[in-house]
Amino acid sequence: MSAALTDPPEIALYVHWPFCRARCPYCDFNVHVRRTVDHDAWRRALLAELDHFAARTPGRRLTSIFFGGGTPSLMAPATIAAVIERASTRWQGAPDIEIGLEANPNDRAAFRPLAEAGINRLSLGVQSFDDRVLRFLGRDHDANEAREALDQAFAVFSTVSFDLIYAWPEQSEESWRAELAEALTRARDQLSLYQLTIEPGTVFDALRRRGALRPASGDAAGPLYEIAQDMTAASGLPGYEISNHARPGRECRHNLVYWRYGDYAGIGPGAHGRLTEGEIKRATRQLRSPERWLAATQAEGHGTAESENLGAAARAQEMLIMGLRLAEGIARADIRRETKSELGEVVNMDAVAELIEAGLLALDAERIGATAAGRQRLDAVLERLLA
Amino acid sequence: MTDLAHIRNFSIVAHIDHGKSTLADRLIQSTGGVTAREFRDQMLDSMDIERERGITIKAQTVRLHYTARDGKTYILNLMDTPGHVDFSYEVSRSLSACEGAILLVDASQGVEAQTLANAYLAIDAGLEIVPVLNKIDLPSADPDRVKREIEEVIGLDAANSILVSAKTGEGIADVLEALVTRLPPPAGDATLPLKALLVDSWYDAYLGVVALVRVKDGVLKRGMRVRMMSTGAVHEIESTGVFAPKPTNVDELGPGEIGFVTASIKKVADCKVGDTITEDRRPAAEALPGFRPSLPVVFCGLFPMDAADYGRLRESLEKLSLNDASFAFEAETSAALGFGYRCGFLGLLHLEIIQERLRREFNLDLITTAPSVIYRIQMTDGALEELHNPADMPDPARIAAIEEPWIKATILVPAAHLGGVLGLCTDRRGEQVELTFSGDRAMAIYRLPLNEVVYDFHDRLKSVSRGYASFDYQMDGYRAGKLVKLQIMVNAEPVDALATIVPEERAYQRGRQMCGRLKDLIPRQLFMIPIQAAIGGRIIARESISAMRKDVTAKCYGGDISRKRKLLDRQKEGKKKMRQFGKVEIPQTAFLEALKFDED
Ligand SMILES: Nc1nc2c(ncn2[C@@H]2O[C@H](COP(=O)(O)OP(=O)(O)O)[C@@H](O)[C@H]2O)c(=O)[nH]1
Ligand SMILES: [Mg+2]
Repeated sequence: MSAALTDPPEIALYVHWPFCRARCPYCDFNVHVRRTVDHDAWRRALLAELDHFAARTPGRRLTSIFFGGGTPSLMAPATIAAVIERASTRWQGAPDIEIGLEANPNDRAAFRPLAEAGINRLSLGVQSFDDRVLRFLGRDHDANEAREALDQAFAVFSTVSFDLIYAWPEQSEESWRAELAEALTRARDQLSLYQLTIEPGTVFDALRRRGALRPASGDAAGPLYEIAQDMTAASGLPGYEISNHARPGRECRHNLVYWRYGDYAGIGPGAHGRLTEGEIKRATRQLRSPERWLAATQAEGHGTAESENLGAAARAQEMLIMGLRLAEGIARADIRRETKSELGEVVNMDAVAELIEAGLLALDAERIGATAAGRQRLDAVLERLLA
Repeated sequence: MTDLAHIRNFSIVAHIDHGKSTLADRLIQSTGGVTAREFRDQMLDSMDIERERGITIKAQTVRLHYTARDGKTYILNLMDTPGHVDFSYEVSRSLSACEGAILLVDASQGVEAQTLANAYLAIDAGLEIVPVLNKIDLPSADPDRVKREIEEVIGLDAANSILVSAKTGEGIADVLEALVTRLPPPAGDATLPLKALLVDSWYDAYLGVVALVRVKDGVLKRGMRVRMMSTGAVHEIESTGVFAPKPTNVDELGPGEIGFVTASIKKVADCKVGDTITEDRRPAAEALPGFRPSLPVVFCGLFPMDAADYGRLRESLEKLSLNDASFAFEAETSAALGFGYRCGFLGLLHLEIIQERLRREFNLDLITTAPSVIYRIQMTDGALEELHNPADMPDPARIAAIEEPWIKATILVPAAHLGGVLGLCTDRRGEQVELTFSGDRAMAIYRLPLNEVVYDFHDRLKSVSRGYASFDYQMDGYRAGKLVKLQIMVNAEPVDALATIVPEERAYQRGRQMCGRLKDLIPRQLFMIPIQAAIGGRIIARESISAMRKDVTAKCYGGDISRKRKLLDRQKEGKKKMRQFGKVEIPQTAFLEALKFDED
C-alpha cells in the first residue's frame, strides 16, 4: 500500500496509558498500579511528547490514533480530547481518521464520555463468555457484564471490536465452538482471538513453573486455531492477520499500520515508534517507568529511552516479521523501497523454496506471503527465513 | 639417608568406602605429620572430585615418623591407592614400591569384590599382608564373621587381624606397631649403581614435572646426572624430597626410600611410569621389571556443546593427559555433533571423572556419545582391524567376523540377593564360571561381554542387590559374536553419533527403543520427520515426528517489533547448537538425551 507520490506521507499515533486497577495474571505489558495519578501533569506531558514527535515529522497525514495500555479508559476524557485535538493540529488529520481505545466491560459508564472526547472505535476486553474462565484469567467482570458492555458499546461507537482469549488449559474444541458461535452472533465488523500465551514474569509464568498451570501445547492449540479460522470465515469475518478478524474492508486501520510497516509515533511510558526521517528509519522506545517518563518529559519535552537507527537488514527483518502476519502478505515493491534490496538479498532463498514446497509460503512477481498453514506456524517459518 | 632396618614401605588396599582414606588420616595425625590446624579430612585426596565423591583416583604417598615400642624411630612410607577397578593399574604400581600392605576390611560389610581383587594384587606382588578390620565401633560390626570370610574367600590367615576404628582412633597404635614388627624392611645396597623405580609422574604448576620414585639400590642426590633406562635420555636432578605430607626437600634418597625428584624434564611423557632411573656415569647393568602398560578399554566421543569451544577442549584434554598417562584421545568429526575427540578410558568411572573434570576445572559443556568397547574385525581379505567407533564399521560385505572383548567378573553378594544378580548376568549374555558360598555370602564368577558392562551394569547390579553386591573384573580375551551395526537415521540421514554395535538378536528391540526415544526428544518441526533404525540397508524400526501444529506469537502489541526481532536474534544464537539433517534442524541436546542409556 505504497502511497501515491503526491499524497503527503502518512503517520499513526499510539498513546500508552500505563495504569491499571490491578494486574491480570497473564499480562506482561508495561502496566502499573498507582493509587493516584496527577491527570493534569500527565496530560501536559503527553502533549509535550506529542509535540516532540510531531516536530520531527512535519506535514504528515494522520490516519489513526490508538489509546492503549494499561487501561486507557481510566484516562480523564479531557486528556483524550486534548491529545486528539493536538494531534489533529500538529499533523493533518485525515477526515476519516480512526481513533481507537481499549476498554474493559466494567468501564461501561465511561463509554459515552469517551465517545464525546472523540473515540470512534472501541476495542473491548471481553476475553471469554464463560464465568469460570473469566475468574481463571483474573478478570473483574463476569460474562453477563461483558455482554451488557458489548450492547452498550455498539450503541455508542461506530466501530466495536472485542477480544477473546483461547487455548486456556484443558479448553475443549466443543466449548470453543460454542463460545465462538456466540461471539460471531455479537461481532459486527471486527473480532480478535488471542491464544493464551504464558509470558515470562507474569503470575501465570510463576504458576507454570510450579507445575500449577499447564498451558496448551501447539498440538492442542492448533485445532482451536483452525476452528477459529473456519468459523470466522464462514461468518464473513475472515482472519486478515494471525489473531485479527474483520469484515473485508473494515479492518482496524491502526493495526494495519504496524503490520504494513508504516510510520507511527509512540508516546507515553514504554511506547514504541517507527519513524522514517528522510533515508533513515528510527525505532523509538520511551522510558518504561511512569515516574521516570513523566520526569524526563517535564524536563526535556520527551521521555525517549532509545532511538535506534535501523539498517537495511533490520528493516527487512521487521517488515517480514510484521507483514507475513497478514493474509495479504507483503508487496515486493515495498521491500525494495524499504531496504533498497531485492528479496533474494534479505531472505534465505533456499529456505523460501523449501517453504513454498511445503505449502507454507506463497511467492509471485508482486508479493510474498505466508499461506494459512504458514501463518499458523509463522514463528518457525520466520526462523527459517531469517535466522 | 635412612638405615634400611628403620624403613617400612606399605600400602593400604581395600574395597571402596571401607575406610582407607580415614585410616590414612589417623596414621598421619597420630604420627604428627601435620599440625591440627593443617589437618583436613581425607588428607591425601587432593583433587576436588576425590574429596567430593570420597574416592581416591591417583595414588598418593606420605612419609611418617613413628617411634616404636622398641624406642627406635622408623620411617613409614604410606602409599594410598585407588580402590576402584578402573584404577587397578595404579594399585599395582604403588604395590611394587612396597614390601607390605594393610588389607583393610569393613568389619560389618565384610569381604567385597575389590577387597578380593586388591588382595590378590598384593599377594601377586609378593607383599607381606596385615589384615585390619575397620569400623569396629559400629554396632553391626562382626569381626569373627569377617575373619572367616578373609580366610575362606581370600585364603589368608586372619587370626592376627588387628581390630580398629579409624573413626574413634581405637587400635591405631596397634596398626603402627604391626607395621614395624610384621612387615619386612626393604632390601638394597647404597654402594651399588643407582636403580630407582619411576612409580608415577605428574605436572605441578610450581615444580614442573615431578617424578615419584622408589630407590632400590644406590643413592639419588641433587645435581646428579641420571639416565632413563628405557629411552636413554639424560637429566640433571634439581631437587629430591619427600611428602611429609607437604613436599619437603631432603639431601638425598637412599635404598628403600620413597620420594620425589624434579629434574630438567619438560614433558611428563619423558617420565615413563615403570621406567628405571640410573646414574649416567655409573649405570646399572639391567633395569627393574616395569609395569604392564594400562590400555584404554572404553571409548567415547566428547564434543563441545558450543562449536567455538573445540580449541579449548583440545587444550584441556592435553592438560589432563599430562597427569593421566592412561587417557588417550584423537580428533573425531561427527555429522551430528561437529568436531570433537574420541577418547579412550580405563573404564566407566575413569570416563565419568574425566568428563566431570572437563566440566568443572575447564568449564566445558560437553556431549558424550555412547561408550563403546574395542571390536576386532576380521576382514574377508585376511586383514585384522580394530574398531574404536561404531560409526567407522566397514561394509559388512567385507567382514568375515567381528570379535568383542570379554571380561571375567567376580561378584560378591549376600545369598538373599543372589537371584537378581544371576538374572542380570544372564540378561547381559553372561556365562557362569563358578558359584561358591561363604556363610550367607555368595561369590559368583561370570564371563561377560565387556560391552554389556560398560553402560550401566554397575548401577543395575546395585539396584538388583539393594546395594549389597560388589563387583570387580579383569579382561578375558576376545570372542567372535553375532554382532551388527545398528544405524539410526533422522530424515533419511544416518546419525553417526547414534550408531551402535549390538548383538543381532537385540537389534530389533534396541532399534525400536531408540526411534521411540528420539520421537519424544526431537522437537516438532515445520516438516514431518521420519526416524528409522537400520541394519545395513534393512529398516528394522521406524517412527515419525509429525509437523508442528501451531507456532506463532499471538500478539505483537503496540508495535513492539523490536522484541520479536530480539527473539529471532536469540534463536539465531540457538542455531549454533543445532545440527542440520537435510532440511531438518535438531538441537544437540536431543542427541545428548538420546545417548543417555537406560534399559526400559
Ligand atoms: N563408623 C565408622 N565409620 C568409618 C570408619 N572409618 C571410615 N568410616 C566412614 O566410612 C566412609 C568411607 O571412608 P573412606 O575413608 O572415605 O573410605 P575409602 O573409600 O576406603 O577411602 C566415610 O563416611 C567414613 O567416615 C570407622 O572406623 N567407623
Ligand atoms: Mg578414599
